[in-house]
Amino acid sequence: MQLPNTKTMRHVISLVIENESGALSRVSGLFSARGYNIESLTVAPTEDASLSRMTIVTSGSDDIVEQITKQLNKLVEIVKVVDLSESAHIERELMLIKVRATGKDREEMKRLADIFRGRIIDVTDASYVIELTGTQAKLDSFVSAIEPALILETVRSGICGVGRGERVLKV
Amino acid sequence: MVLTGAEIVIRCLQEEKVDYLFGYPGGAVLYIYDELFKQDKVRHVLVRHEQAAIHAADGYARSTEKVGVALVTSGPGATNAVTGIATAYCDSIPLVIISGQVPVGAIGQDAFQEVDTVGITRPCVKHNFLVRDVREIADTIKKAFYLAKTGRPGPVLVDIPKDITAQKCEFEYPQTVSMRSYNPVVKGHQGQIKKALQLLLEAKRPMVYAGGGVVLGNAADKLTALVRKLGLPCTNTLMGLGGYPATDRQYVGMLGMHGNYEANMGMHYCDVLLAVGARFDDRVIGSPAHFASEPRRIIHIDIDPSSISKRVKVDVPIVGDVGEVLGEMLAMLDAGAETNDQESLGVWWKQIEEWRRRDCLKFNQGEELIKPQFVIQKLWEVTGGDAFVTSDVGQHQMWAAQYYKFDKPRRWINSGGLGTMGFGLPAAMGVQLAHPGSPVACVTGEASIQMNIQELSTCKQFRLPIKVVMLNNRYLGMVRQWQEIFHGNRYSESYMNALPDFARLAEAYGHVGIRVDKPGDVEGALREAFQRKTDLVFLDIQVDQTENVYPMVQGGKGLTDMILSAEDL
Ligand SMILES: Cc1cc2nc3c(=O)[nH]c(=O)nc-3n(C[C@H](O)[C@H](O)[C@H](O)COP(=O)(O)OP(=O)(O)OC[C@H]3O[C@@H](n4cnc5c(N)ncnc54)[C@H](O)[C@@H]3O)c2cc1C
Ligand SMILES: Cc1ncc(C[n+]2csc(CCOP(=O)(O)OP(=O)(O)O)c2C)c(N)n1
Ligand SMILES: [Mg+2]
Repeated sequence: MQLPNTKTMRHVISLVIENESGALSRVSGLFSARGYNIESLTVAPTEDASLSRMTIVTSGSDDIVEQITKQLNKLVEIVKVVDLSESAHIERELMLIKVRATGKDREEMKRLADIFRGRIIDVTDASYVIELTGTQAKLDSFVSAIEPALILETVRSGICGVGRGERVLKV
Repeated sequence: MVLTGAEIVIRCLQEEKVDYLFGYPGGAVLYIYDELFKQDKVRHVLVRHEQAAIHAADGYARSTEKVGVALVTSGPGATNAVTGIATAYCDSIPLVIISGQVPVGAIGQDAFQEVDTVGITRPCVKHNFLVRDVREIADTIKKAFYLAKTGRPGPVLVDIPKDITAQKCEFEYPQTVSMRSYNPVVKGHQGQIKKALQLLLEAKRPMVYAGGGVVLGNAADKLTALVRKLGLPCTNTLMGLGGYPATDRQYVGMLGMHGNYEANMGMHYCDVLLAVGARFDDRVIGSPAHFASEPRRIIHIDIDPSSISKRVKVDVPIVGDVGEVLGEMLAMLDAGAETNDQESLGVWWKQIEEWRRRDCLKFNQGEELIKPQFVIQKLWEVTGGDAFVTSDVGQHQMWAAQYYKFDKPRRWINSGGLGTMGFGLPAAMGVQLAHPGSPVACVTGEASIQMNIQELSTCKQFRLPIKVVMLNNRYLGMVRQWQEIFHGNRYSESYMNALPDFARLAEAYGHVGIRVDKPGDVEGALREAFQRKTDLVFLDIQVDQTENVYPMVQGGKGLTDMILSAEDL
């Protein structure tokens, strides 16, 4: 018998859930009721419209994350749960960022977007909307590369994740 | 056959062989009540408060192997039911609750008596449904019963808008349910079971810790067989009482905060612990760090994976139904030639007997004041240990658990997880209806009983001859005890003034009321109460106001840190 391991780690949990009204609130309610940390949550229907796929970024000790996956599995509408961070996987996030683009900053913004392989998808005299996808870290470094005063709005989707290779999470 | 939604609801209940429906009418469920009126298979029990409807259905379920069923109206009907639902949820009791809702088109419009019932109850149900189409009623009710009673049981709520109970559709009750997202594991993993048995056979100081899961899983016989076969000591949690016969020599008593000395010491110092359908609650092991300070290996059988390694790390987890897993273990034992280490076991039993000699439950019944422990002891004697005993919450609950020796499962009916005052009397109604002719006692306190005392009226209407055994200490005794021990005797708001004359109150409801003041009168009063087979008898027993529940492990302390009597304070 051992004492719990208390080292906190980031985990990406992916799950398949019945696409029913109220299912999302069961998941978010579980996290708030049990005091689990929730960094981001994304959800949308899959190719089978009766199912949704959800990606949750959370953090906690091994014991807590074990409880999180067990508690999620216990929700009646959840079909499958995996902790993607247990093996090789891919994470992507989408960001739409509106920046001030006037004078010398206009050229600089364009250059920065190019370096990060972003796309400018809306243009006015004074602003750009840049679309950028990548890992959380890439989006973070893009944001920190821009002078804060020039950022008008940031909208981030939260992470979508999928396992690498042959492993599939399917019903 | 084309039926209305309301007819379908009643037909579904008939299909599920529901004999009693506990409920209270209101606008949103009028069509359903109208259909109830037209049939006589499902009998409706009209309570006096919706909380009591749920507790009564709960008592019915706990004392049988069936699902308890309740019906309430929208808005205040549903909110009144919430405490009952949460009580059942915390103790994993299978219930189906049908609540009325405002018409589909009115949902979200702040309609009269509209609350988001599904939202309010979500954290305290196993699952809930809002039915939006008359064609979904039958399927949903079928699923509700299935979910409530399979896997780890629990309450399931079905919220039905009024308009769809009036709409019509073709009715056919589904014979089977299949849900791709819900498949509880029943059979345990063979390899793990083998490993567990090996560990148990090699143990020098084995201990069995059995909980509510044994009762819920109807596995008391198998547990008893295994424990006897291997000669092991066995302790039960508050929820597991009766899961192993309390009068058996191998039983060491309840464990935990108010557990027996020998049970707590055995739990702490064993080298292999077999945990069966028990969840290492904080009232059971005290501080997890202290519990972990003594090395031991733990085998844990539970149907809910999330109960395993939640508060205590387990060495051999076995996910499955207790009955199935214990059955496998017994079969393996029968097939193999192995036995356990008798010599070590003998030494261990000597140690346990030495602990037992501390006689931690002894008390002194003097001439003057009635000791509450004495009342329960007499209750056990007078009923031959074979009554159904429900309880409220407080000191009286702990004394009932300690001094009534339950030899059979489903005889002890109490709110352990939520600790809901007001549970006892309505729960006793459900028990008495399920077991007409059997003795049913409700052990209560003068504070708890007042939280649902209106149900004396229901008891009159349905002729329920419950024996209310009220240990009247004129205090919120459990609160007073904590204030005495942890808050310097400052009895802040734990004394209740202006108590009614309970015997006369019972009489006003049409029952028999008896007040008992002297130790010498206790047994006689109990005998009279149980001889009155058709009367509800309310015993107002004036007990020693200063008595405390011992042994006691203080919150957050270790199991071995027990206060055994007032001298330890
Ligand atoms: C005033 C007060 C004082 C208390 N003091 C004590 C005390 O001293 N000692 C004490 O023990 N408790 C005490 N309690 C009760 C305590 O709060 C808990 O309710 C209780 O300890 C839990 O019991 P349990 O572990 O048996 O679990 P339960 O709540 O009964 O849970 C049952 C477990 O079994 C599992 N299960 C269900 N069905 C099956 C199946 N078919 N197969 C396998 N597993 C199954 C469930 O998943 C769950 O994990 C007290 C409560 C109150 C109100
Ligand atoms: C609904 C509810 N409110 C408050 C409590 C806290 N509480 C636990 S025991 C208790 C006192 C119970 O008094 P009584 O019924 O007289 O029993 P006694 O302890 O005196 O035997 C209280 C207030 C509770 N468990 N339930
Ligand atoms: Mg009292």
